[in-house]
Amino acid sequence: MDRLLNVTAIMCVVLLVTVLISLRRAHIRVEYSVSWLLAAVAMLLLSRTRPVLDVAARLLGSPTSAFALLLIAGGLALVMLFRFSVILSHLRDDNIALAQRVAILEYHIRSLGSHEEK
Amino acid sequence: MIRARGPDSLLVIVPAFNEEGAIGEVVRSIHEHVPDVPVLVIDDCSADATTALAREAGAEVLALPHHLGLGGCVQAGYKLAYELGFEYVIRVDGDGQHDPRDILRIFDRLQASGCEMVIGSRFAAEGGVRTGAVRGLGIRFFRLVLRPILGKAVLDPTSGFVGVNRRALDVFSRSFPLEYPEIEALVVLQRKRFRFEEVPCKMRRRMAGRSSITALKSLYYIAHVLLGVFVNVLKYDGRLRRAGRDSDGG
Repeated sequence: MDRLLNVTAIMCVVLLVTVLISLRRAHIRVEYSVSWLLAAVAMLLLSRTRPVLDVAARLLGSPTSAFALLLIAGGLALVMLFRFSVILSHLRDDNIALAQRVAILEYHIRSLGSHEEK
Repeated sequence: MIRARGPDSLLVIVPAFNEEGAIGEVVRSIHEHVPDVPVLVIDDCSADATTALAREAGAEVLALPHHLGLGGCVQAGYKLAYELGFEYVIRVDGDGQHDPRDILRIFDRLQASGCEMVIGSRFAAEGGVRTGAVRGLGIRFFRLVLRPILGKAVLDPTSGFVGVNRRALDVFSRSFPLEYPEIEALVVLQRKRFRFEEVPCKMRRRMAGRSSITALKSLYYIAHVLLGVFVNVLKYDGRLRRAGRDSDGG
């Protein structure tokens, strides 16, 4: 159990450092890094405070604290995946609207050009 | 540049993606059968000579900067038609399956009936090309699904040979299903309490290329469209409930 908690803590620290480096290099925008940072901090705190994890296990009805930790990690991952699916959907809609607008404006510009040529 | 002329201005739009084998003939054929009607080809970022051949055949071309899929492509045409002030738009596919001789039949019905949409139906006509087994099954399935939702039977819900008037154009230029749009578009219209009719039209074989919907994709198509219809019905019911609550409260 202790080894699992240690591995989880190390993974969270790696995730935190990776996100912070990505932020510094502008590979990820601040608004999209917040979810990752919050998830990593939450998992780090859970893995380092055993009493809190035991309470969480009792509340979730989990037979062991390790299973509760996995359940929470899985839940967080699902929430974040859903959030990014929503963001992606909005981006796709915006992208389509922009592409259509660009095409229509290009059409008007081309029409104006051919009109002036005449 | 195309312009809407008069109160019954009609535009024919032709969504096309990699249709260099058919697009020139399709445009020339439309010009031949409806000579005074402007033709707008919407090129969904083809990798071949679709744009050049469409222009050469006398069509105006709306060239999309990247591939949007059929729904995004058709909606771009609807948006431009609406902005240019057209009263009626008829969509003809770029693969040559739709017979341009039927354009006037759809246009006449649009004007005479006052319906927001008129569908060219291959099943209302005798002769013409029969559909494949999988597609035929899909069409029968969606007829059953759509019957209670639309409140009337629709023979050819997957037909892309469709005419719309300006009221539908207004709706579709703001909200249009992006993938496999034909069936969902019917439900979108129904949410607005718009009407549709079908007229018999002959469908021909593709002049070139292959359909993008393979047997395997048909399953994805059915699941995707069912979900889209379901979501649209949920939206509709929500609106009705809200309207009911408002009237009860007021």
